[in-house]
Amino acid sequence: MIYLDNAATSLQKPESVVRAVSEALCSLGNVGRGVNAGSLSAARVVYGTREKLSAFFGGDDPSRVCFTCNSTEALNIAIFGLLGPEDHIISTDLEHNSVLRPLYRLEDRGAALSFLAADRKGCVDYDDLPGLLRPNTRAVVCTHASNLTGNALDIRRIGAFCAEHGLLFILDASQTAGSFPISMTEDNVSVLCFTGHKGLMGPQGTGGMVIAPGVEIRPFKTGGTGVQSHLRSQPEAYPTRLEAGTLNGHGIAGLSAAVDFLNETGIETIHRHELDLMARFYDGVRAVPGVTVYGDFDRERAPIVTLNVGDMDSGEVSDILMEDFGIAVRSGAHCAPRMHAALGTTAQGAVRFSFGYFNTMAEAEAAAEAVRSIAEG
Amino acid sequence: MREKKPMAVFTFYTTAAAMAMEKLCRERGLPGRLGPTPRSVTSDCGIAWLAPLSDREILENAPGAPEFAGVYEREL
Repeated sequence: MIYLDNAATSLQKPESVVRAVSEALCSLGNVGRGVNAGSLSAARVVYGTREKLSAFFGGDDPSRVCFTCNSTEALNIAIFGLLGPEDHIISTDLEHNSVLRPLYRLEDRGAALSFLAADRKGCVDYDDLPGLLRPNTRAVVCTHASNLTGNALDIRRIGAFCAEHGLLFILDASQTAGSFPISMTEDNVSVLCFTGHKGLMGPQGTGGMVIAPGVEIRPFKTGGTGVQSHLRSQPEAYPTRLEAGTLNGHGIAGLSAAVDFLNETGIETIHRHELDLMARFYDGVRAVPGVTVYGDFDRERAPIVTLNVGDMDSGEVSDILMEDFGIAVRSGAHCAPRMHAALGTTAQGAVRFSFGYFNTMAEAEAAAEAVRSIAEG
Repeated sequence: MREKKPMAVFTFYTTAAAMAMEKLCRERGLPGRLGPTPRSVTSDCGIAWLAPLSDREILENAPGAPEFAGVYEREL
């Protein structure tokens, strides 16, 4: 199989990640539950991973790295823990349902939403941002890059806008963590939400949030913490504040090894390789008669190429790619309804090719050849 | 039966803070180890840093140490 669905999950993981999870399964107890060799082994692994992730994202306090199951959970915790029905929130048309659905639920409770509009190439005009402000605007919640087109947003500019207007900046880094540089301080991020299993190359079921100083999130969950057990309420100190229940220690051990791999390899090296793969594929399909490619390829972007072949059902194209060519891609709506609406692909859907560090040029070329073959009928 | 000795007991608000204390002490060669918080300090669960009482001051004043929930003296 040629796996080109890395925007969904990075199927191929570094060997060190596989080993770390395997070893953890045989050695880790439960973090903070008792003080025995097993629980302390787990606590050391988890704390070490907090330190690595804090440094990786330019944070300065490992205790403000809180683990979740994925970025969806992190975004829910951030959105419902910081915002309320009295607030106005700015987002964008590029968003995944992991941002949209929590915001829509908040809207149902009385909050007001505004969306920075995307054009037919999936691009936004940042000059439109000031016009969206209202007296009760509280936050900008947005993705770093569209999971559909790959178009990246200028988070440095959005962060500066938030700083200028005293807004919280909640960032969904699902598509960029691990291959784009992100700095909590320089990008003025209030809460960075990440998943561990995509660009970070860790196991599924890992993710989390990095929280800036002064940002106090109401707990989404309450429950067992292993500390302050006689308190009726969730302890206030981070990270316990947001971590009720047993953590995915085995997965976090794998995530720790994954961050080591990223640091050793270098995210610039990773990003360059992924973009080279994307460019090879893009160059092979962009001019094929009947093929429509979506997105803006003149600016910074994630390694994604999304296309349609004539008016073919996107699901049919993906099925042919899998069954006849052994190529795994993602078709359909991609949990990005506003982005599809902006592109005009709501009915047809689209076929997404997303590249990862372990893909090869030969695979990118084979995928382009397969698209050409399908387009020729 | 273990012989009891006078010890300083440092408690923390989170497990993460306890782990930060262990890391700091190991890096700087400071004395002590992690252990269960004595029930006479609090009936809550939790991890404490346990060190000989004679080292209390050096640990209390260690630069970069996490915030302590409390520091206690106990025979352990």
